[in-house]
Amino acid sequence: MKKSMMFAYSTSIIILLVSIWLGVSIGSANVPLSTLWDSETNPSAYSILWGIRMPRVVLAGLVGASLAIAGAAFQGLLKNPLADPYTLGISSGASVGAVATIFFSLSLPIIGVYTLPLIGMIGAFITMMLVLSFARLIDRTLKMETLILTGVIFSSFLGACISLMIALTGQQLREITSWLLGSVSMRGWPYVQMILPFVVIGVVLLWLNRRELNAMMYGDERAQALGVNVKNRKYAILAGGSMLTGAAVAVSGTIGFVGLVVPHMTRMLWGTDHRHLLTLSFLNGASLLILCDLVSRTIITPSELPIGVITAFIGAPVFSYIFFKQRRSRG
Amino acid sequence: MLNVQHISGGYGNTPLLSDISFHVEKGKMVGILGPNGCGKSTLLKVISGIMSPTFGSVIIDGKDINHYSTRELARKMTILPQLHATAFSSTVRETVSIGRYPHQSGFFSSWGAEDERAVKKAMQQTGVEKYEDHYLEFLSGGEQQRVFIAQALAQASSLLLLDEPTNHLDIAHQKQILDMIRREVTKNKLTVVSVFHDINLASLYCDEILLMENGKVKAFGAPHEVLLEEQIEDVYRTRISIKAHPEQPKPQMTILPDVDEHSEEKIITINHLNIREEYIEFKSSFPLRVLSSSVHNAGLGWYANFINRTVQPDYDIDHVHEEYYQYLVHEGFSPTNTVGMMTAVDTKKAVIKKYEMPYGEVFVVVTAGVGNAIDVSQSYKRKYGDRVGTINTWVIINGKLSDEAFVQAMMTATESKSKALQHEEVYDCISDTLATGTPTDSLLIAATQQGKFMQYGGPITEVGQVIGRGVFEATVEAIQTYRKGDS
Repeated sequence: MKKSMMFAYSTSIIILLVSIWLGVSIGSANVPLSTLWDSETNPSAYSILWGIRMPRVVLAGLVGASLAIAGAAFQGLLKNPLADPYTLGISSGASVGAVATIFFSLSLPIIGVYTLPLIGMIGAFITMMLVLSFARLIDRTLKMETLILTGVIFSSFLGACISLMIALTGQQLREITSWLLGSVSMRGWPYVQMILPFVVIGVVLLWLNRRELNAMMYGDERAQALGVNVKNRKYAILAGGSMLTGAAVAVSGTIGFVGLVVPHMTRMLWGTDHRHLLTLSFLNGASLLILCDLVSRTIITPSELPIGVITAFIGAPVFSYIFFKQRRSRG
Repeated sequence: MLNVQHISGGYGNTPLLSDISFHVEKGKMVGILGPNGCGKSTLLKVISGIMSPTFGSVIIDGKDINHYSTRELARKMTILPQLHATAFSSTVRETVSIGRYPHQSGFFSSWGAEDERAVKKAMQQTGVEKYEDHYLEFLSGGEQQRVFIAQALAQASSLLLLDEPTNHLDIAHQKQILDMIRREVTKNKLTVVSVFHDINLASLYCDEILLMENGKVKAFGAPHEVLLEEQIEDVYRTRISIKAHPEQPKPQMTILPDVDEHSEEKIITINHLNIREEYIEFKSSFPLRVLSSSVHNAGLGWYANFINRTVQPDYDIDHVHEEYYQYLVHEGFSPTNTVGMMTAVDTKKAVIKKYEMPYGEVFVVVTAGVGNAIDVSQSYKRKYGDRVGTINTWVIINGKLSDEAFVQAMMTATESKSKALQHEEVYDCISDTLATGTPTDSLLIAATQQGKFMQYGGPITEVGQVIGRGVFEATVEAIQTYRKGDS
């Protein structure tokens, strides 16, 4: 591995560790570093750390990492720098499921409070299947343009469904809006357990196709000629990316900008090679969302801002600055 | 190497290709030609396996391509579609490295020394290693295309399929890329099948041409067998003319435009000819087709002005081309539109003859100096001509001459000139035999290429008769005038 890549990985890991520590230590109650292993001296700090802050930080990290790696994969697959995990309409599917749960005050037996994320994931899964089969119906080779347009159609339709429920709702309005703006607060370890298997499977699926993504940058035909089984690989990448997106949205709501900004920043700093891009996006996506969540819960204490607002506030200017600088120096 | 057997197929239900068969040997370059929409690119896609044919099969090294795995096939054959922009920037090295994909396998698929070697070599072959760390988007179109070819070479497949590899490139880049591909074919036995838009490039670089029409093979063979005037005109529905390439034994074609700029017929009259102090000039408002052995712009071409210039006997002949060019510019002639001759004879001694023919007037202009006359059959006996004297002849015809008529006209005029010398009893002073000409005679045949078409120019043709008579009469008179001036 080249020196510059070693630097990239070590920088990203250090940033992530620092973010995690900041995420668990800062807040209304101070948590010193020793609390990590020492439960005796400060039992209340210990329980805050492991019971409240750590699950929140881990969940934020997993959601950010999932969105970022899915964004990197979708951008590469669709050869479109403006693609993000929400392009294919999968997040809208998850949102419809979640909003419907709130709107109809659904609560399934046994799983109880986890009804919302579960229905959200089911919504994401159904949407993914519909988008893929509809796109396949139009053209069997699954061209990128077809996929993007199909995604736009589904997003618009599902967006209308959400708007309809918002328009008809009464007392749940605030609950629906705050969910849509995204949050990782008050979720706890069960949510982490729920999202974890999907994250693992999705990341493995994408990581196995890192070199295929590199080849597919040159077009489907060229990729095929390079020996890539384009159709199967495309399905694998779509399935992996959708799984990550659906899971992330289902547990935390629609958090914008992470899937767009993180892969872009990573690409600008360390290049387009997906062998590194996917992993680096994963690490930096986690860091970004942990820090954004930290800001969202500390900036106007004791109340909290929706995390989606923070990601947009931080993401947009940073993105603009890098974009501007890069275009200037290169152009 | 590649065997295409009875391929039929296309998009949807309308078959675009029907029953295409051909065979390509290892180390050959084959060009696919045909009008837009004839199925060239579709054929390439079927060969590459991107599209499946409804009927027929593609055999590579004795095995049907469907029996190869995608990776195996990629090690045998690769296709480079038309120049493709990527949404994200990669460096040249990264781009070329992707070519090693089919050679890597396994979970971690490590990068080996073999891969490194192949990438290095491909970059050297295409001359892009100096851009190794440059981003692709900052290279020119030609350089980018070379990088993609390097990617294909790094893939090390023995069969390369190309779809218009030099599309949108200027001629320098076109040449560079095709020279490079050709070198791989000749040196390293690469097999190439490429779609071409440009018939001339295909002819120059390919060993064989596959000409397609409406999804069928119209012709397959060496360029000179396939690129026949009538066949190309028929397939492309365009008037063309085919001529030899100046350096290569390959046919080259030119479009014949159907623009009606010369709606009224233009003719040459005696007024176009003038005798001036330093030269005899012919000035026309439109170019004539000219075949000549002149000092300036000899050979076959189109020129509107001819001059026959009188120079002093001590003229510095070593720098004649440069000096003549400067002279033309100085006298206000366009050097690219003028044929120039030289003589030591005074312009006042020029003879101009006009002949009225049923198809138009023919002019003969002669200046004759016979001080250095020579019998060509005895010329081997002398070392060099030491005295000045030359016979310059112009024959200007209102009519349309074929190429063979031009050559025959030259023969007729030359024979007639010799006859005139014989008639005037001009002797070769060394061999003491009748002279046939001088060592430095020049001849110009010019035709307006309008009006009557004349296929032949031999002695018994209409135009041959007037050339024979005219050159004889004018030369005899010019010799007489020359001798008068001497005495």
